[in-house]
Amino acid sequence: METPAVPASGSLIEARGVFKSFGQTPALRGANVTVGQGEIFAIMGPSGSGKSTLLHCLAGIFTPDAGDVLFDGRAVNAMSEADRTRLRRTAFGFVFQFGQLVPELTAADNVALPLLLNRTRRKVAYKTAETWLDRLGIGDKGGRRTGELSGGEAQRVAVARALALAPKVIFADEPTGSLDSLTGEKVMDLMTVLAREQGTTVVLVTHDARTAAYADRVAIVRDGLVSAIDRSTVTASSSAAAKGVG
Amino acid sequence: MSVPITLLGLLEREPSHGYDLKRDYDTFFGRGKQLPFGQVYATLGRLARDGKVIAGNAEPGDGPDRKRYAITETGRHDVDSWLAEPVEPEPHLQTVLFAKVTLALMLGKPAEAYLNMQRAAHIQRMQQLTELKRTGPLVDVLLADHALFHLEADLRWIDLTSARLNELAEAVKN
Repeated sequence: METPAVPASGSLIEARGVFKSFGQTPALRGANVTVGQGEIFAIMGPSGSGKSTLLHCLAGIFTPDAGDVLFDGRAVNAMSEADRTRLRRTAFGFVFQFGQLVPELTAADNVALPLLLNRTRRKVAYKTAETWLDRLGIGDKGGRRTGELSGGEAQRVAVARALALAPKVIFADEPTGSLDSLTGEKVMDLMTVLAREQGTTVVLVTHDARTAAYADRVAIVRDGLVSAIDRSTVTASSSAAAKGVG
Repeated sequence: MSVPITLLGLLEREPSHGYDLKRDYDTFFGRGKQLPFGQVYATLGRLARDGKVIAGNAEPGDGPDRKRYAITETGRHDVDSWLAEPVEPEPHLQTVLFAKVTLALMLGKPAEAYLNMQRAAHIQRMQQLTELKRTGPLVDVLLADHALFHLEADLRWIDLTSARLNELAEAVKN
């Protein structure tokens, strides 16, 4: 089993020997990852390497077949479905490739919606939405339907929506995948700067090395195993993934 | 970076002294490696000899050369031709990375471990460049972008080569 690099800060999310298969096809084969508090952590890998499966396991969306996923020391996989849903709704924010916004609603509605679901008062929810849209540089788009926004603007709404919840972790799956280079860069820049300001941990999956380069550490997933690359130390060479264990 | 054509290009903006040309060259193109004054004046001398610049009369002041240089029509033509020519696409990988992988395979050494080390080194460099982009002026951002795209291309090559190692090992053994 591989030995992943350990973050400088304390562990917030951890995958320990996680296995996950879909039918007869194994996606993760004993993956280990430790993500620190406040860290920007990128997961890279070729198509079918298991990188999105790993993100979904870390976010409590998939339940591992074996192994543990710990969040703040608690085993997410041992929680009831209701508890996991609550955890996802209160502690996690999500940004996906195509935003997954409600196109018929305005940008402000989309950002306020998860807050309203968490029983934030309407006035407070919309004030918070306005603040975050401003911080993402799209304060003037609050009244526009998200279906009418450009890809970059919509993705900024998605980032605002994720950050407005003040989550402990943002999970981002190919957040720049549908954007041109410059727009993608702006979205990554805003997301990482604002997340750092808030002390929010970001776990992002990307096939794009330039997007991954915004991270403090980068994990490479290959054949369902993980090796991690630090900003300062190369740790990949001795990992099982590096040896091509499958 | 060709020094003569770059100085010509700078002169196309406006006539300048050698000192100003050196300062602008160092700012925009030096990237930590300053152009020696001697090289500036030697280059300007050759450009004048070839009719690409004209040196004005010496002006009073400190320093070895207080002449103001101006570009000629021939010089402008050179700059235009240079700008119109694409740069030879350099196969960077074939020089070092390719040689390392091929030799590793020929010698029965762990080529995949080498590729993984290289991948890690590339990603670390990309992280540094990304940080530089966040804090640097736009000129640095553009240069960092160029480096990042090259590194990204290398990374794709590394990934593809990793997937082809067995095939490649057979090919180099035969």
